[in-house]
Amino acid sequence: MTNESLYQSLYRIRRVEEEIAKVYPTDKIKSPVHLSIGQEAVAVGVCEALETRDIAFGTYRSHALYLAKGGDMKQMIAELYGKDTGAARGKGGSMHLIDLPKGIMGTSAVVGTTIANAVGYAYALKYQRKDAVVVSFMGDGATDEGVFHESLNFAALKALPLIFICENNQYAIHTHQKLRQAQANIWERARAYGMVSERIEHNDVFKVYERVKAAVDALRAGQPGPYFFECMTYRWKEHVGPNEDYNLGYRVRSEAEPWMQDDQVPRIGALLDSSVRQPIEAAIEAEIREAFAFAEASPFPAQSELYTAVYDEA
Amino acid sequence: MTKPDLDRIITYTEALREATDQEMGRDPSVVIFGLDVDDPKAIQGTTKGLLQKYGKERVFGTPLAEDAMTGAAIGMALAGLRPIHVHIRMDFLLLAMNQLINVAAKSRYMYGGKVNVPLVVRSMIGKSWGQGAQHSQGLYSFFMHVPGLRVVAPTTPYDAKGCLIEAIRDNNPVMYVEHRILHFQKGPVPEASYTVPMGKARITAIGEDITLVGISYMQLECLRAQRYLATVGISAEVIDPIWLSPLDIDTIVASVRKTGRLVVVDNGWTTCGASAEIAAQVAERLQDERPIKIHRMGFAPVTCPTTPALEASFYPTSRDVAAAAHCLVRPGTTWMPEERADLQCIDFKGPF
Ligand SMILES: Cc1ncc(C[n+]2csc(CCOP(=O)(O)OP(=O)(O)O)c2C)c(N)n1
Ligand SMILES: [Mg+2]
Repeated sequence: MTNESLYQSLYRIRRVEEEIAKVYPTDKIKSPVHLSIGQEAVAVGVCEALETRDIAFGTYRSHALYLAKGGDMKQMIAELYGKDTGAARGKGGSMHLIDLPKGIMGTSAVVGTTIANAVGYAYALKYQRKDAVVVSFMGDGATDEGVFHESLNFAALKALPLIFICENNQYAIHTHQKLRQAQANIWERARAYGMVSERIEHNDVFKVYERVKAAVDALRAGQPGPYFFECMTYRWKEHVGPNEDYNLGYRVRSEAEPWMQDDQVPRIGALLDSSVRQPIEAAIEAEIREAFAFAEASPFPAQSELYTAVYDEA
Repeated sequence: MTKPDLDRIITYTEALREATDQEMGRDPSVVIFGLDVDDPKAIQGTTKGLLQKYGKERVFGTPLAEDAMTGAAIGMALAGLRPIHVHIRMDFLLLAMNQLINVAAKSRYMYGGKVNVPLVVRSMIGKSWGQGAQHSQGLYSFFMHVPGLRVVAPTTPYDAKGCLIEAIRDNNPVMYVEHRILHFQKGPVPEASYTVPMGKARITAIGEDITLVGISYMQLECLRAQRYLATVGISAEVIDPIWLSPLDIDTIVASVRKTGRLVVVDNGWTTCGASAEIAAQVAERLQDERPIKIHRMGFAPVTCPTTPALEASFYPTSRDVAAAAHCLVRPGTTWMPEERADLQCIDFKGPF
């Protein structure tokens, strides 16, 4: 981790998603998009602490996780465009990103499902005596679900090499955590299941990195897991789609403003000399242009593809 | 009896809202809840204004907890309430299967008829704009399989309202299936309260040569197919079963007895699906009476892909239905109608 690598990752995610929002009205992306704009610091802080061999499971809001974990940008944009060259060959869309060589094991559109899958993966890694760790991303809404509690209990019982990351942006669609949970203490509930657990305030990319790095180091050294981090963050855009939604009335813009003022992208950018920052930005802009051009130029899957990949017939 | 007022045109979503409003006004035991029922979008408007009118004890959003909230709904029903539990996608019902199938469907029978579970579970089937694998499934045949549950999948705003009122008043668990594309349909809906009786199908077009049964959204495609077929002199009778359980097989059998040909078009996979059930029952009833030809259509036997390039062939269209029907009526010939702008399906534009 360096300031350069943090900035590179933060800026890259922000700019890709801004481009997605810009292209969206053209209807070239016929897929629901759940943007992470404002939340990038969590995925970046976590993934900077990971190696490629480590495994990540995510949610439908995983553009940031996918890119931070090293996911191929061209394949991601092509997937959003529904193209044959996409990460899931056009069959999964924005909500189902995968990049196996980078350890991105998939993202699910049904809330909470991947939490348990991550637990099983970590169980297998432990049994296989591998030194990789698993991270399981979830929203605050996912912690309402029974599977969250069942999964944490089992992971603690088996002391799995697993780090749970709850991206708490306080909302599930338009419903605030306060309207869904009697207590705003997700991290404490995790601790009660028997794991090291902590809340990380302020969407602070350094703090996220530091805490997750310590956890990864401990797990690699063979110490028992799991760990739980409730990372406080904020979604700037609407739940799904490219626009803002402060007009809907379920939240007010003034609630978002402190988060926007504390934006981690310029914060880290300001730590770099412009002679360092500008080439990073220029390279990313070129990469983004290339990724969109690649998606545009790629073919749609052939009709025969409808029937492939249902079963492994090999 | 006065003739119902059919000049009033409203949307499917307005019809659902009105039915719920009228039943809540009439019966204080009716409550409605589910994820997002009280949020600004109010489930496509179907729960709009209910919170303001009936208060938060009777209208509330829930945590993300499909399993527990279904169990809680059953508890409420056992205590004498008439809960309506809403899910924005049918796919999410899979988290509630234990309570629905092991408890809601079973309670009355396994307790010797001593208790009732008057529960309505509304859920929506998604289509297009990248709904994909986990937001597009029409899983009602799962529920048709299980005694103790009723299943209804209305197509028109008129039936949406009348079936919802019928479902709310019924003393049994009713799986009420909506389709996201049908939400945009407009049609005549009388303002006064009425019910659409359970277990009665509707003949939506009268014909002689072939019977088309279209379930849920596929009813629209069948009606379009009927018009394509008319251009080549084939007269199709179209039936909307409306209620899948109990299923009005008599109406379908009577039609096939006349036409000798049946195409069932489902909004789900054909294997073990509603189309399989209907085809089997028709065959059992007519096999000793007359020769019949049967064809089933539904989702391609694959997971729903997100890319529009493949999704287009995942669903049968009205032209596919017309072509298949033509093939049964005039064997050995092939025909595919030219696409007509007035018979195109409405496209849903996202983001969700
Ligand atoms: C099991 C299930 N129930 C409901 C939904 C509908 N839904 C989609 S996203 C969402 C909110 C989830 O909120 P959270 O976990 O906090 O994630 P965020 O969107 O804030 O990133 C809901 C309720 C779903 N996809 N899956
Ligand atoms: Mg959230």
